[in-house]
Amino acid sequence: MSNLAWIFTSTLLVNNFTLVMFLGLCSFFGVTAKIETAWRLGLANTFVLLITAVSASFLNAYVLTRTPYLRTIAFIVVIASAVQIVEMAVKKHVPVLFRQLGIYLPLITTNCAILGLALFQTSRKYNWIEGIVFAIGAGLGLTLALSLLASIRERIEVADVPELAKKMGLVLVAASCLSMAFMGFAGMGSG
Amino acid sequence: MTAPIAIQKRDEPFVPGAPAPAPLWFDVWRGIAMENPVLVQMLGMCPTMAVTNTLANGVAMGVATLFVLVGSGLFVSLFRKYIANEVRITSYILIIATFVTLADLILAATFPEISKALGPFIPLIVANCLLLGRAEAFAAKVGPVRALADGLGMGLGFTLALSALSALRELLGNGSLFGIDVLGPKFEPWVFMVMPPGGFLALGILLLIKGWFMTRNAQRAREATA
Repeated sequence: MSNLAWIFTSTLLVNNFTLVMFLGLCSFFGVTAKIETAWRLGLANTFVLLITAVSASFLNAYVLTRTPYLRTIAFIVVIASAVQIVEMAVKKHVPVLFRQLGIYLPLITTNCAILGLALFQTSRKYNWIEGIVFAIGAGLGLTLALSLLASIRERIEVADVPELAKKMGLVLVAASCLSMAFMGFAGMGSG
Repeated sequence: MTAPIAIQKRDEPFVPGAPAPAPLWFDVWRGIAMENPVLVQMLGMCPTMAVTNTLANGVAMGVATLFVLVGSGLFVSLFRKYIANEVRITSYILIIATFVTLADLILAATFPEISKALGPFIPLIVANCLLLGRAEAFAAKVGPVRALADGLGMGLGFTLALSALSALRELLGNGSLFGIDVLGPKFEPWVFMVMPPGGFLALGILLLIKGWFMTRNAQRAREATA
């Protein structure tokens, strides 16, 4: 039990997927202009991460034991089809949510956080329960990082900054400070 | 920048959204300078940040991505008339994943140490939005020769940006280049630069320098016309 709690806090804070392990940076910089889309995308990612964790542990246990070289291809195909199924299910049963997520739902396929989760889960040899906890921690950590950066960017919008820093430069420096703040958790759990 | 002169004959049927005809050198040059994947388009950020803590890692990741870009560009272009529109994204991903697996196995066989240092970030090239972006926006709409040129240009642009970033980080964070001590024993390394926040900061500084050049040039142009 304490092992599961440690996996959860570790992926949520100490090894935050976006700010410390650099996964899912495209959406981190691409969709954080507004805080509403940021946390919604974060939650959609969490859901897909959950499905991926379960399917990846199933693939590892039953399909890929004799063909490890097919791992990358198998994972990406499963992720792409899982996203497609989720998209169709959401469209049929919760059309309101489907309209709110819009283009971001299919884009989750090429989010490296999803494939990264499957690969790290494999290299750390998590079983399926640990995988699910890992996925929830990673997803909530992603949502946290996206919301934090989106709030900072909404504030930067109204600030008076020099012309040369108007575009991504200042956002990257802000992300650096955010990442530095998360480095403060680095000592946790080692003692 | 003046528009390139059209020298390529239009012997193919018109494809909506196809890139304008251009000389081959221009297809290569565009990826290196005008549409540099990292510094202009901000694509493929995850490997850009994650593996640029040493110059060797940065160059290896750049070359691996170059290989996948060229290979997948060629095959996407060759098969563009046979892939149905509804399943095109999945097909592109499959082609890309095949080349990534090749790159992963070749790297593990030739440079096992670098392969171990990069870890899951080589298979993660599949999820690099640069690859799918070039397949969808360029390779699927032009002939194989132009797709090759574009893959080469984008790959070189990516490799150059990664090398610059990782050279800056290794030099400041470790005082060395390719693991060879450059700045001497008196230099106190800025360990911060090889840690995660240093990656964001180094790219932020590169972009700020680029922004400074661009605003200065724009101001000079305004003064020249006034």
